[in-house]
Amino acid sequence: MLEIYTAALINGLLIGGVYALVALGLTLIYGVLHIVNFAHGSLLMVAMFAAWVLAEKAGVSPYAALPVVACGMFAVGWALYRYVIGRVSRGEDRAILLATLGVSVVLDNLFLAIFGGDTRQIEGDLTFAMWEVGPLLLAVPKVIAFGVSLVLAGGLWAFMARTDMGRAIRAVAKEPEGARLMGIRPERVFALAYGIGIGCLGAAGCLLLPSFFVSPHVGSVFVLVAFTIVVLGGMGSFPGAVVGGLLIGVTESLGGLVLGESLGPIGISLVFIAVLLLRPTGLFGAAR
Amino acid sequence: MLEVSGLHAGYGAFAVLHGIDLVLRPGEIVAVLGANGAGKTTLNRALSGLIRPRSGRIVFGGVETTQAGHDAIVRAGLIHVPEGRRIFPNLTVRDNLLLGAFLRGRAERGRNMAKVLAIFPRLGERMGQLAGSMSGGEQQMLAIGRGLMAEPRVLILDEPSLGLSPLLTEALFGLIARLNADGLSILLVEQNVIQSLAIAHRAYVIEHGAVALEGPASMVADDPRLKAAYLGLA
Repeated sequence: MLEIYTAALINGLLIGGVYALVALGLTLIYGVLHIVNFAHGSLLMVAMFAAWVLAEKAGVSPYAALPVVACGMFAVGWALYRYVIGRVSRGEDRAILLATLGVSVVLDNLFLAIFGGDTRQIEGDLTFAMWEVGPLLLAVPKVIAFGVSLVLAGGLWAFMARTDMGRAIRAVAKEPEGARLMGIRPERVFALAYGIGIGCLGAAGCLLLPSFFVSPHVGSVFVLVAFTIVVLGGMGSFPGAVVGGLLIGVTESLGGLVLGESLGPIGISLVFIAVLLLRPTGLFGAAR
Repeated sequence: MLEVSGLHAGYGAFAVLHGIDLVLRPGEIVAVLGANGAGKTTLNRALSGLIRPRSGRIVFGGVETTQAGHDAIVRAGLIHVPEGRRIFPNLTVRDNLLLGAFLRGRAERGRNMAKVLAIFPRLGERMGQLAGSMSGGEQQMLAIGRGLMAEPRVLILDEPSLGLSPLLTEALFGLIARLNADGLSILLVEQNVIQSLAIAHRAYVIEHGAVALEGPASMVADDPRLKAAYLGLA
C-alpha cells in the first residue's frame, strides 16, 4: 500500500519537474514582463511537434534535439515579440492579451491543418525504458526530464540573478524609463526575455515527448497548469515556479490515486485555493 | 561641452520648447530654473534622447546628438538622473548600481563602484537591500550613484532635492558642489532657486518654453525678472 503512494509521490515529483520548466518560461513572461501569454501552450505544442518531426523523420533523439529545438524556439519567441506582439500591443495590456490569444489560435489551427487532429508519439525503446530503484520502477524519460529541468531552472535563475541581461530584464519590467536612462533599450530586452521564456518551452517539449502524446491541442493541457503554478509560486519568482511545479505534480499524482482519474485534478484547485487563502502573493511572492 | 541651439520639442501636437539656446562649458555647474510646466523636464528628455526634438541642434562633446538614440547618448557620457529618481525598486542597491554601468566594461565597473561607495558609504551598507525599501534620501543617493556608475562627462540632475528634508537638501547641494570640484560638468535643474544659484556658475531661467533670462548665477539671483518668471508676472 505504502509503495503505491511512494510511487505516486515520486511520479508526481518527476512530472512536476517538467511542469516547473513550462512554468519557468511563463513566470518570466507573465510574472516578470507582465505579458499574459495565452500562446504559451500553443508554443509548447509547436516545440513538441518540432521534436517529434526531428525524431520521426530524421531519427534524432529528443535529447540530442533539445539544444537545437530550444534555440529554435528562442528565435521563434524573439521574432514573435519583435514583429507581432510588441508591434500590435504598443504596451497596452488588453492588446497584448488579444495578440497572444490570436497567435495561439493561428498556431493551433495551422498545426491542425498540417498534421491533422491525431495524437502521435515517438516509437522506440526510450518510451518504455524503466529503472528499477529498490521496489520502485521509474520511467527513464521522466527521470531525465526531471533532472534536466532542474538544471535548466538553476541556470535560468543564475542568469536572472547574476548577469547584466538578467538584471536588465527585471529592471525594465518595473521601470522602463529608468532603464532607458542607463542606455538599456527596453524593446530589445522584452524581445530577448520573451525569447528565453519560449526557449524554455523548446527544452520542455523535447523532455516531454518521450513520455507524452503530441497533438495540436496538447498545449491546453499544460497552459492552465502553468498559469496555476506561476500564481501559486508567486508571480515572477523562479524558486516559486520550481516548488509550485513540484507541488502541483505531486498533488495531481496523489489526487489521481486517491480520488480517481476523473476527480483527481480537483486536488490542484484545492491546493491552489488553500495557498492563496494563506498567502495571497503566492508561496515565494514578494509582498506588494 | 554641451551646446543647445534653437531647440523645439514637445509631445504629439503639443509644443513645449520654443527655441532654447543653452551652453554648458567644461567644469561648470549651470542651473536651469523655472516654474512648474516651463519646460525644464522636456528639455532634459530631449537632451537625453527620450524624445526626439522637432528642430534645433544638440551638440555634446563636439558631436551632434540631436537625433541620436538614448543608448548612444549614454554611451557618449551624457547621463540624466531623472526627476522622481526612477531607480529600480524591485532590485537590490548593488544591482541598481551595476545597471548604471550597463554600457561600461567590467574593469570600469569595479572602479566606478569603488568611487561611488567612497562618495556614498551609506549605499555600501545597504548593498543587498531592495532599493524600493529605502528612504527618500537614500533613494536619491542611489539615483545619483547609479548615474555616476555610467561615467558621466556631463551629469543632468533633474529636481534632485524634490521631497528631501532641508537638512538632506543642504547635504545634497554640498555633494553636487564637490562632484563639480572633482571636474564633473553638471546641468542642475531645480525648483530650489536660492541654493542652486549659490553653487552654480551660470543660470538660465526658462519661461513658457523659452529662455527668459541668462547670465552668471550672482547676476541672475539679483535680477527682478527671476521673480517674475516664477510668479508669472511677466
